[in-house]
Amino acid sequence: MLVKLEPRGQHSRKMAYLSPVLAGVLTLITSGIFFFLQGLDPIHALKTMLYTPISDTYGLAEWCVKAAPILLCAIGLAVVFKAQVWNIGAEGQLLIGGLLASSVAVNVIEAEGIWVLPAILLAGVIGGALWALLAAWLKTHFNANEILTTIMLNYIALNLLVFSVHGPLKDPNGFNFPESAMFGDASLMPVLIEDTRVHAGILFALFAVAAIWVLLSRSFMGFQIKVLGLDHSAARLAGFKSKRLVWVTMLISGGLAGLAGAGEVTGPLGQLVPQISPGYGYAAIIVAFLGRLHPVGILLASLLMALIYMGGEMAQIELNMPVAITGLFQGLLLFYLLACDVLINFRVTLPWLSSQKTTAEQVN
Amino acid sequence: MTTSLAGDMPNQPPRLVMKSITKQYPGCLANDAVDLEIAGGEIHALLGENGAGKSTLMKIIYGVVKPDSGEVYWEGERVQIKDPAHARRLGVGMVFQHFSLFETLTITENIALALGDEAGDLKALADKIRTVSERYGMALNPDRHVHSLSVGERQRVEIVRCLVQDIKLLILDEPTSVLTPQEVDTLFITLRRLAEEGCSILFISHKLNEVKALCHHATILRGGRLSGDCIPAQESPASMARMMVGDETPITMDYEKVLGSDVFLQVRGLTRISEDPFGVDLKGIDLDVHAGEIVGIAGVAGNGQEELLAALSGEDTVENHDAIHFPCGPVGHLCPEKRRRKGLAFVPEERLGRGAVPDMSLKENALLTGFLTGLVSKRGMIDHQGTESFAQKIINQFKVKTPGSETHAKSLSGGNLQKFIIGREIMQKPQLLIAAHPTWGVDIGAATAIHQALIELRNQGAAILVVSEDIDELFLISDRLCAICDGELSPLKPTPETSLEEVGQWMTGVFDTATHANSTS
Repeated sequence: MLVKLEPRGQHSRKMAYLSPVLAGVLTLITSGIFFFLQGLDPIHALKTMLYTPISDTYGLAEWCVKAAPILLCAIGLAVVFKAQVWNIGAEGQLLIGGLLASSVAVNVIEAEGIWVLPAILLAGVIGGALWALLAAWLKTHFNANEILTTIMLNYIALNLLVFSVHGPLKDPNGFNFPESAMFGDASLMPVLIEDTRVHAGILFALFAVAAIWVLLSRSFMGFQIKVLGLDHSAARLAGFKSKRLVWVTMLISGGLAGLAGAGEVTGPLGQLVPQISPGYGYAAIIVAFLGRLHPVGILLASLLMALIYMGGEMAQIELNMPVAITGLFQGLLLFYLLACDVLINFRVTLPWLSSQKTTAEQVN
Repeated sequence: MTTSLAGDMPNQPPRLVMKSITKQYPGCLANDAVDLEIAGGEIHALLGENGAGKSTLMKIIYGVVKPDSGEVYWEGERVQIKDPAHARRLGVGMVFQHFSLFETLTITENIALALGDEAGDLKALADKIRTVSERYGMALNPDRHVHSLSVGERQRVEIVRCLVQDIKLLILDEPTSVLTPQEVDTLFITLRRLAEEGCSILFISHKLNEVKALCHHATILRGGRLSGDCIPAQESPASMARMMVGDETPITMDYEKVLGSDVFLQVRGLTRISEDPFGVDLKGIDLDVHAGEIVGIAGVAGNGQEELLAALSGEDTVENHDAIHFPCGPVGHLCPEKRRRKGLAFVPEERLGRGAVPDMSLKENALLTGFLTGLVSKRGMIDHQGTESFAQKIINQFKVKTPGSETHAKSLSGGNLQKFIIGREIMQKPQLLIAAHPTWGVDIGAATAIHQALIELRNQGAAILVVSEDIDELFLISDRLCAICDGELSPLKPTPETSLEEVGQWMTGVFDTATHANSTS
């Protein structure tokens, strides 16, 4: 073997929290070099990406708009990931949530009253939860690997959505564009600050963060989830019902992703379109790990991720960079985070170097 | 039994001399200037508790670990043992505690694999195996597949593997821990014959009676240092134990045997087909455990203990609900949590990764099974203060050595963690405690503390079932005894009315000992 990883004796809690920060700094340095190689001033480029988008009130408001769905998905993933259930399907759950919410919304365009929006949001939550429960059912009854099933369900969800906007949900007066009709006023999320798009979705997301924090750190259910994730046999010994915990965690995670989808269609979009998510559900996976599965960490990480999305758009406009720059940033961040974690927990040794040394000693 | 020093050859240099061997692991000085000398034909005991440094020293001899400093002399010449292959070339053979045999291959094929190029022709090797095994009284058919062998036979394969080579020093790591008393006697006959022929034997153990019966010389380690050097024949087990544990630790005492009152656990015709293809099926198990008594189940590992324990703890449920009965009714179908609510507490065999979550604090591990003692509110919230004080009580009352309740379970030593787990179960005031191998791998001081805690719980009126591979332990604490063999349970007798021989026969499946009646007491 060329390189060998040896576990370090003790784990440093400080370093575990520092690792995401380190990953962030390394990402900045690498992308700076990348910009330089593209013939741009790295400082200016980074400033354009990470500062300009949020330098005014409108920008700050947009920041919240982008962060809300990411935060909702990621905070739900924190729960399933704690149980070591690998739900990679937040994206699909978000899409189905948006789809189901829209199918209710287009039927109540004329309706008035305060029940309209809650009904639509509830439909979104149910849609996301059902989509996640499908994977939970496959896991608990057929022992099907949830990583594979949730990824596959993502594509099914996307195709269902595309089919719906080209078919049953298409706006009859929409000149054949693949879009639903615009929702009625009672179906839209209330805007929090006038002249911006920031809507109540961010409040839902913040409430979810608080609720999940209580669940994980204060409730016995959260304790059972953590035990299940860390040590299956101990959970069995204590009599925790592992199948039920899989159902519950998937329900929470899918429901929150569905709410994120409903928030998008009733918030900034106001109708169902094929592109309701630029990969929020996938970005949420990075966010959940970047935030160390801790509610506060996830809150900060989702703000960073939202900023990267906005920065990508800004780079397109101001720097003539392709939109792929967002994916590049996300990839770098995840790569450095994983690398930092490995190096914090393991020591790299070069066995061929030391064995050469010992043979040399023996020759002498 | 006589001990004659067969290999007393004054003109020859000793077979192996180790001088001030030191080995440092991160955070642990495993060997601190240890000396060891083994003569030709000598049976030498290496004694010490877990963590005393026995394994490290033995691995240094076998070339698995390199010492940081110190000198090794083999037959008078200074050597640096590079790796196990080098050790084997010198004539060192080693029988590990956990065998490394391939189940689906024959004995010959297994030995050929271990020997590598030296194996030669398989037919010739099979003949050699047959001759060697007959010569030392360890009958083996070389064509048998390993999966069909008993644990004792597997050990013979490992010993024969060493003997087919030209061997001068045989190292045995805790060889008797997996054997019945009868098998131990057979093993000792083999070892004595080997020694008479001039082979040195390093016998690693913590069973003092065996060392006294078998060994010419003993080296005793404590905390990585040499703590004694003696001739076992001239010592008592108690004096050797003192050298092993030091002066502060209280050691074994006798416990009064009692009779229980009402039946708490009643098992009738418990039959369960194992889900694991290599598991053991339980066949019609009948067992009563009374309140206020300790029942012990002896047996060689892998005879259905795990399956029986899982069925009793509720980790596996049984179809016939009536097969397991508590005073409140049948419980065979209930999950562990529900059985706990009816008075059960359970100490599993695995401490880390079943009895306790390695990456959780002691406080969280106290909650793991302690949640039924009012630590969770009706609304499902954890009472953090209550949990903290529960954990503190366990730590104080059972003298768990730890910096605090926030320490992770994995950073505790085996004995300390076991005290914590036993404490956690006992503090819940169970009416029935089931404990698997309660002192396995635990140092003598902690073992004594655990035994005392079990006796105390018994005296408070709880029913206790102990499953163990350590017969001495079972005789020490059990009020009634039986053995399990291949998923069947032997008759259950009061401890004073049975004998080591009888339990040994039960362990091999001979349950009808009345016909072999030879009342040895």
